[in-house]
Amino acid sequence: MSRKLAEIAHSRAGDKGNTLILSLIPFDPADFDFLMEKVTTEKVKEHLVHQIHGEVVRYVLPDLKAIQFTCFNALGGGVTTSLAMDSHGKSLSYALLEMEV
Amino acid sequence: MKQKLRIGCGAGFSGDRLEPALILTEKGNLDYLVLECLAERTIALAQKRKKQNPETGFDILLERRIEGLLPLLLKHDTRLISNMGAANPMAGAKKILEIARSKGLKVKVAVVLGDDVASFVSGGEPSLEGNKALESYGPIISANAYLGVSSILPALATDAQIILTGRVADPSLFLAPMIHEFGWKEDDFDLLGKGTVLGHLLECAGQITGGYFADPLSKPIPDMHILGHPFVDVFSDGTGLISKVEGTGGAITLQTVKEQLLYEVIDPSNYYTPDVIADFTSVGFEQVGKDLVKVTGGGGKSKPEQLKVSVGYHAGFLGEGEISYGGAHALERAELAGEIIRKRIGTLFEKLRVDFIGMNSLHGDELSKNSNPYEVRLRVAGISREENLARLIGEEVEALYTNGPAGGGGARKSIQEVIGVISTLLEREKIELGIQIFES
Repeated sequence: MSRKLAEIAHSRAGDKGNTLILSLIPFDPADFDFLMEKVTTEKVKEHLVHQIHGEVVRYVLPDLKAIQFTCFNALGGGVTTSLAMDSHGKSLSYALLEMEV
Repeated sequence: MKQKLRIGCGAGFSGDRLEPALILTEKGNLDYLVLECLAERTIALAQKRKKQNPETGFDILLERRIEGLLPLLLKHDTRLISNMGAANPMAGAKKILEIARSKGLKVKVAVVLGDDVASFVSGGEPSLEGNKALESYGPIISANAYLGVSSILPALATDAQIILTGRVADPSLFLAPMIHEFGWKEDDFDLLGKGTVLGHLLECAGQITGGYFADPLSKPIPDMHILGHPFVDVFSDGTGLISKVEGTGGAITLQTVKEQLLYEVIDPSNYYTPDVIADFTSVGFEQVGKDLVKVTGGGGKSKPEQLKVSVGYHAGFLGEGEISYGGAHALERAELAGEIIRKRIGTLFEKLRVDFIGMNSLHGDELSKNSNPYEVRLRVAGISREENLARLIGEEVEALYTNGPAGGGGARKSIQEVIGVISTLLEREKIELGIQIFES
């Protein structure tokens, strides 16, 4: 059975220059291991292939049951000079949550 | 020494709402109110205003915020710490005194100095982003170092009710009063790390009470229209209780605090500020009441040798144009319009971006490929060193009315100067810290 991440997790997008930061937190902590298995750095990079042009690093906070993806070269050259309408990439949390798992 | 301290955050960015800070100050029983109003680009813009008029260059909402807050701050004996000084904290302090005098109020303002390092930056320094000389990006407008608590502590040691800074690391605005009140040592990195966690959680104000979080289906939040801003009760061992004023909207839950903990954090085990390299991975949260979350753990190790400097430079002009299409073949007509624009002016720009708003402007082609919106808005954007070329983008989009596909409506055009921001590192010893006191 395939479903969208949005059904089981929430996310917030943050920016630092040309780096996009996406958190991924399960609604039910019991889904944490499932997310760890399914949402790999490769999957994130593939899913956001038009957005992320650099490396993706995954950080894990096991006590809080939270995951974070730090995505380099992912904000159109940088927040201040990007041509994108959403130059900060604030809406991209919901792009991650479109992923089918 | 105090055992408990209450700090509120009444603004999380320069354009934040005014009302939540008034409610926090009136009803929050705060020891300190922090207003964080200075984004990376904001200070470069302020620097430009200061060059045009030396009496300006502080936050453009400073007057409006102080007008409302000053009587409440004095009435409740709450000290204000804010980076609303932006590029010109001295002029900001004078403006505050002017407001105080007009209200017949006595106030003392301490200004924190030392962040403006433009005179130490030659332009030959390498950027952290691309390892290229700063000056190769464009003419430099401003250079401000991120100062830490050591810049704020001397101001807190005075009896000033308002502490006005320029560029200071956001969490340091919160950590400084903790160190001041609890007598924490500046090399007790474990406590500094814990305090930094609390500062980081609060610094975006409404983002921990349900703002930038609410989703009516998956994450409903009550009374968003009266969203309250947060305060934290900090204890001398570095634990904290995050809450908000009763009767305000929003919610503080494990979900909202988790999202905010990781917000804009590149590496949760190494969060760099001028004061400490903090560790967020050992933080614990516990919901101990309605809209009441206890924060424990967190820590830190050492502090960075060098300070980060944020450099603003002229990056040219951004030209934009938009026009809408609706009904049958809306997307196809918008696509034709985009193609026409590309053929007409595409070669004049290094990069010309064409978006279809309602379709792919936020998340790109891949995720939107199966959607078929009823209406679509074409957006064209490009940056040029030449203002007239940037202006041409909007002009050409507007001209699609009579020279483009059928039924184009609601054209808008705009042009704005682009200030790019890059960063570099500077030795701590080069910074000359200082404070200056102003009194009405």
